[in-house]
Amino acid sequence: MLRLTDVVAHYGPLRVLSSVTLEVRSGEIVCLLGGNASGKSTTMKTILGLVRPSAGQVELEGARIDGLPTEAIVRRGVSLVPEARRIFGRMTVWENLQMGALTRRGAPPPELAADVERVYGLFPRLGERAGQLGGTLSGGEQQMLAMGRALMARPRLLLMDEPSMGLSPALVDQVFDTIQAINRQGTTILVVEQNATVALGIAHRGYVLQNGRIVAHDAADALLRADHIRRAYLGED
Amino acid sequence: MADILSILPQQLVFGLALGTVYGLIALGYTMVYGILFMINFAHGEIFMIGAYLGWGVLTFLLNAQIAGLHAAWVVPLMLLQAMLGAGLLGVCLERFAYRPLYARGATRLGPLISAIGASIFLQNAVMLTQGARMKVYMTSLLFPRAWRFEILGVSISVLVIVMIAAAALMMWGLHELVQRTTLGRSIRAVAEDREMAAVVGVNVRRVIAVTFFLGSALAGAGGVLVGLYYTQIDFFMGYSAGLKAFTAAVLGGIGNIRGAMLGGLLLGLIESLAVTFINPAYKDVVAFAVLIVTLVVRPTGLLGDVSAQAEKV
Repeated sequence: MLRLTDVVAHYGPLRVLSSVTLEVRSGEIVCLLGGNASGKSTTMKTILGLVRPSAGQVELEGARIDGLPTEAIVRRGVSLVPEARRIFGRMTVWENLQMGALTRRGAPPPELAADVERVYGLFPRLGERAGQLGGTLSGGEQQMLAMGRALMARPRLLLMDEPSMGLSPALVDQVFDTIQAINRQGTTILVVEQNATVALGIAHRGYVLQNGRIVAHDAADALLRADHIRRAYLGED
Repeated sequence: MADILSILPQQLVFGLALGTVYGLIALGYTMVYGILFMINFAHGEIFMIGAYLGWGVLTFLLNAQIAGLHAAWVVPLMLLQAMLGAGLLGVCLERFAYRPLYARGATRLGPLISAIGASIFLQNAVMLTQGARMKVYMTSLLFPRAWRFEILGVSISVLVIVMIAAAALMMWGLHELVQRTTLGRSIRAVAEDREMAAVVGVNVRRVIAVTFFLGSALAGAGGVLVGLYYTQIDFFMGYSAGLKAFTAAVLGGIGNIRGAMLGGLLLGLIESLAVTFINPAYKDVVAFAVLIVTLVVRPTGLLGDVSAQAEKV
C-alpha cells in the first residue's frame, strides 16, 4: 500500500533521513521505532508531503505521491493523528470531527452523521462533550478527538505519530486497543512510537530508525525478542 | 450644555452609522491578520477603490440618462460592482504582492513592507488614472433630502438607515459563513494551525485567497457607503479610513471577527461623542488616542484571546 524507496530528506543543510526504505502492506499495523531526533516524525511528514524528499520516492498504491501537495495526498486516503494531537482548540468537538471529513465533500449528510455517531461509540467521552471547545478537553480526550478526526476521513492508511505521548498507562492501553480495533475494521496503520513495548505488542512488523537510517526491520515479535532492540528501546540492560 | 445634550442623540446615530462602516473595513484587517499574521496596509486603498467603483456605476447610469434611477436597485448594483472589483483586487494583491514573499519563508516584515508599497502604488494608480481632484457622489439623486423621518426627536435620513442595515447584514452574513459553513471552518482551521489544516485536506492557498476576497469585498462595500455618506471621494481617502479601521480592529482584538465589529461600533460612537463634547477638530486625535490606550492597557484588545496571543509569540 505504501512504499518508501531510498528516501533522503533535509532540513536546510541538515540531513534528517538517509536512504529510508520501508513498506506498509494492506491490512497491516507497522510500527516505526526510534529515539528522539531519529527521523520518525520527518518520515511521517515526508509521506504527507509536508517535507519534500531530496531524493528517493514515496508510492501509495503504486502511484508516486512525493511532490504532490499535502491536501492531494490526504485526498487519496491518508490520514494523520499528529504528535501532540493538534486538534483545533477553538472549534467544538463536533466541528473538529467535521474537519476530519473535509475530504469527503459530497458525501450524503446522513452518512457523515452516522460516522460521527460511530466515533462517539468508540469514544463515548467525545459524545458527551460534542459542543465543547477542543482546547478545553483533557489530554486523553484530545488524543481521542485527534483519532476520531482522522477516522472521519475513512482513511485507507492511518498514520499515527506518538499516540502514547503524555498519556497515563491506562489510557495508553485504551488507545492501543482502539488502534487494533480500527485495524481489524480494515484500516492499514503506520504508527510511530518511542514506547516500543506497547507498539510492538499490537504491530505485525516493525522498523527501527536511528539517525535517519533504518537499522533493523522484522516481524514485531522477533523485534521484541531481539537483544539489541531490547537494550536500545525497551530500557533493559 | 443643554444645547449639546439636545444634539447628542443625533450624533449617536451618526456615530452608529460610521461605526458599522468602520467595522466593515476592520473585518478585512482582522481576517487577514488571523490567517497570515500580517497587517494588510493596502486594505485602505482597496476600500478607496471600492468607493471609485461604486462611483463609476452611478456616473455611468447618470451619463446613460437611464430613467427611473432609484436607490432600491442602484445602491445594490453599486455595492455588487464595488465588492466584486475590490474582492478580486484583494486576491491579486495576495497573489502577486504577498504570496511570493511568505511562500518563500520571508519574515513577517517582508509582506508588511510589500503592503505599504502596494498601498502607495494603488493610490498613485488611481490618482494618475482618475485625477487628483475629488469626485462627487450624487447621493441626493438617490436619497433626496426629504427622505428622513423623526424618531423621538432625532431626525434620521433613509441613507443612514440603509448604511447601518447594509453593513449589519454583511457582518451577519460573514459571521454565519465563518461559523456555520465548511468554508468558514476551513478558514478558522487555517487561522489556528495552517499545517494541520492542510493535513485534514484544506487547500490552504485557496482558503487564503478566499479570505482576501471576502475581507476586500467588505471594504469595497464600505467604500460605497462612505462615498454616499460624505458625497466626496478622492484617491487619498483610504489612508485615514484605513487607519481608523485598523484602530477598530486592534480595539476589538485583532484576529477576532466579532472584535472587529465591536471595535468599529465603539470607535464610531467614541468619535461622535468627541465631536459633541470636545471639538470636531479633535475627532481623529480621540480616535488615535483610543489606539494608543488600547495598545498600552490591553494589547490583545477587548475580545482578543490572551492565551492565544501568548502562544503565537
